[in-house]
Amino acid sequence: MEALRRLIDQLKKPFGKGEKLEKFAPAINAFDTLLFVPNHTTKTGAHIRDSVDLKRTMVTVIIALMPALIYGIYNTGYQHFYQIGENFTFLDAFIHGAWKIVPMILVSYIVGLIIEFGFAVYRGHEVNEGYLVTGLLIPMIMPVDIPLWMVALSVAFAVFVAKEAFGGTGMNILNPALTARAFAFFAYPTYMSGNKVWVSEATTVDAISGETILGSLAAGNKIDYSILEMFYGSIPGSIAETSTLWILVGGLILILTGVGSWRIIFGGIIGASFMGILFNIWSANELMAFHWLNHLFVGGFSFGIIFMATDPVSGTQTSKGKWIYGVLIGIFCIMIRVFNPAYPEGVMLAILLMNVFAPTIDHYVIEKNILKRKKRWALAQINNVKNE
Amino acid sequence: MLKKIRIRRGVNLNIDGEADKILVELPSSKTIAIKPSDFFTIVPKLLVKEGEAVKAGSPLFFSKNNPRINFVSPVSGFIKAVVRGSKRKITEVIIASNDRDDAIIFDIDNYHKFSAEKIKEILLQSGNWPFIKQRPYDIIASPQDTPKSIFISCFSTVPLAVDYDFLLKNNKEDFQLGVNILNKLTSGIVNLGLDDSFNGFFNNIKNAQKISVSGPHPSGNVGVQIHKIDPINYGDKVWTINPEDVANIGSFFKSGKYTAKRTIAVVGNSVGKPQYYNTIIGSSISNLLDHSKINYKIKNRFINGDVLSGSTVGLDNYIGYYNNLFSVIPEGDVYRFLGWIPFVDNHILSLSRTSFSWIFSKKKFNVNTNMNGEERALVVTGEMEKVFPMDIFPMQLIKACLNEDIEKMEFLGIYEVVPEDFALIDYGSTSKIEAQKIIRDGIELMINEVG
Repeated sequence: MEALRRLIDQLKKPFGKGEKLEKFAPAINAFDTLLFVPNHTTKTGAHIRDSVDLKRTMVTVIIALMPALIYGIYNTGYQHFYQIGENFTFLDAFIHGAWKIVPMILVSYIVGLIIEFGFAVYRGHEVNEGYLVTGLLIPMIMPVDIPLWMVALSVAFAVFVAKEAFGGTGMNILNPALTARAFAFFAYPTYMSGNKVWVSEATTVDAISGETILGSLAAGNKIDYSILEMFYGSIPGSIAETSTLWILVGGLILILTGVGSWRIIFGGIIGASFMGILFNIWSANELMAFHWLNHLFVGGFSFGIIFMATDPVSGTQTSKGKWIYGVLIGIFCIMIRVFNPAYPEGVMLAILLMNVFAPTIDHYVIEKNILKRKKRWALAQINNVKNE
Repeated sequence: MLKKIRIRRGVNLNIDGEADKILVELPSSKTIAIKPSDFFTIVPKLLVKEGEAVKAGSPLFFSKNNPRINFVSPVSGFIKAVVRGSKRKITEVIIASNDRDDAIIFDIDNYHKFSAEKIKEILLQSGNWPFIKQRPYDIIASPQDTPKSIFISCFSTVPLAVDYDFLLKNNKEDFQLGVNILNKLTSGIVNLGLDDSFNGFFNNIKNAQKISVSGPHPSGNVGVQIHKIDPINYGDKVWTINPEDVANIGSFFKSGKYTAKRTIAVVGNSVGKPQYYNTIIGSSISNLLDHSKINYKIKNRFINGDVLSGSTVGLDNYIGYYNNLFSVIPEGDVYRFLGWIPFVDNHILSLSRTSFSWIFSKKKFNVNTNMNGEERALVVTGEMEKVFPMDIFPMQLIKACLNEDIEKMEFLGIYEVVPEDFALIDYGSTSKIEAQKIIRDGIELMINEVG
């Protein structure tokens, strides 16, 4: 390790203070800190510090995403071979999926990180680790057959408009990954909905039933998937959002490590269940009659509520606010699905909508605390006057 | 009278190097220094020249903004040096001790008949006043005020904390006398914050309301106790004072001589023999560390105070005016290969569940001064609230301080907090923000703009 350290120190020399390439220091530092936690010591404030840092937190999220991603890769192959009616093994399916998805992940990381590095150098701050998660999330929520240039364009849009335009990591209003998907959804609707986009290479097949469950329901069709299939995830959909089971495993990792807010997750489940039950009672059409439990298993609800809604930057920041935020996402998600059959994308739109309202929710939670303090002050003043 | 409060949010940092209950009498230090930087916001006006002879209790300087507040010499001798820093700011007034006990003696006969005004006057003249601090802001109290109550936290929950019951075991009468005197200065009552599990002799102290406090750090912070019992409103003044300084004031009213006793526990990883020392305020650090078997083979950090809120000093410096702790820990200027991977390096005490260190909660952790990461944008939410037991939104208050939004700072509770309340936030921050510094700057802004 000593030798490696010396080598890096040697390589970093031209990037040091007052040297020629000083401006590009954030870029080289990003690689250095990926290998070594720096030797920086505390200067002000507490003399000792926790071992947690943003890198560790973000990597925990990536670990939590792995089960869903691996299943998503398999399911891509499974859907493909199943629909064209070929025999296949697990490995065949996995290889087919990987062949499709790994390039998407690479494109997302390369395009996104180039922009992030550019802004870090331009603004003179270190590269924030947030994009490590965003860059993986974006391909995971795209339809598998979306062209790579569209992935690149969505990523660029998300990083520029949703993130850097607002001041970079920690300042964005909207979840960047969802913004990327929303951009693709509204810019290229033909690639983002319909019968054929959800199954790999479905355009080459004539008779295909590759519509998502919500899409079929919105069209007034019956669905022939069992609840177990929906839970396990062997259904058409965006790459890694279909398997509630494996997403829950990731959710468990997020909750146990404290990285994801359990308040938002449970709030979302409560809100969606409540709305689903309400619609079940009403039961005016296929979508309303769709069992509320099934609602939780399809349309990427679990993926959205566990990995998207819990984004701490675009979500609410207060504990009470997190409950309200989660519940409202659940309610709006089901409401959008049922009332607006043109957009089966209930989760995405509900989360983006609540992203916008998150600061307002926090504002009222904090205002309550302020009001309490003001009341106490007023009361104390009255007592003081009385005593005098 | 006994009130109970229970603190739920917070954490005790279980680190290695706590002081053994051994009290060693230190030989008196050859030089003693009073450092104006120990007194936040005080601008000193010198009263002595280099070479001038002083007695114990002779004024050295006074506060420019409040000329009644005197700072006096703890020993007799002569002024060896007045050290100035940048912009000729006075950093130290160094006194060479002559080991004689020449002291200014005040007439304190029949003190129990004195009025509050007379007590104040005598405390101000004798140099005892700087012991008394006020909330908001944790600055030296203003003699014009009458506080609505006085709080003394008789236990400490900081890492490697001292045990005040042990520390004051020979000064119980002085402490009681100090409490009696303080009672004359407030329109309300004197409150003692006591550890729920053990409260020692403080239990028998009269003329004070006792508050039984349970729960983890920062439950020993006097600000937390005030917040729960008698929160500070706009315009309120609450006074606080360290237990040993209560005894010092008591001792003054017994003898008429300014008492500057300071019992210091030398603690930390790098200390071979962590124990308590009897010395006086401003003693030299080299004198203090002579018997502690410090591991000098490694690079160490010397801290006046605890490892969360203390200030770094050099070996040639002097102990602070208020601290009962002196911490010595290794510097952490080393690289950790791939140390950012979750669940590696579990030997570092972590409040986060992204490390397995919580499994070894009984273990005493070794610490060093490494940042364990780099500063980043504020991303993670909810982690500050877990270690902040007040009914205040810590992150929002920090942001208001960063924005210098005075109105918001007021309404979000700046009057009720001091930097030490944010020490655990500093510790556990994922983004490595300097919460204590931000709050200190915020308080300085409040003092300058609002007063």
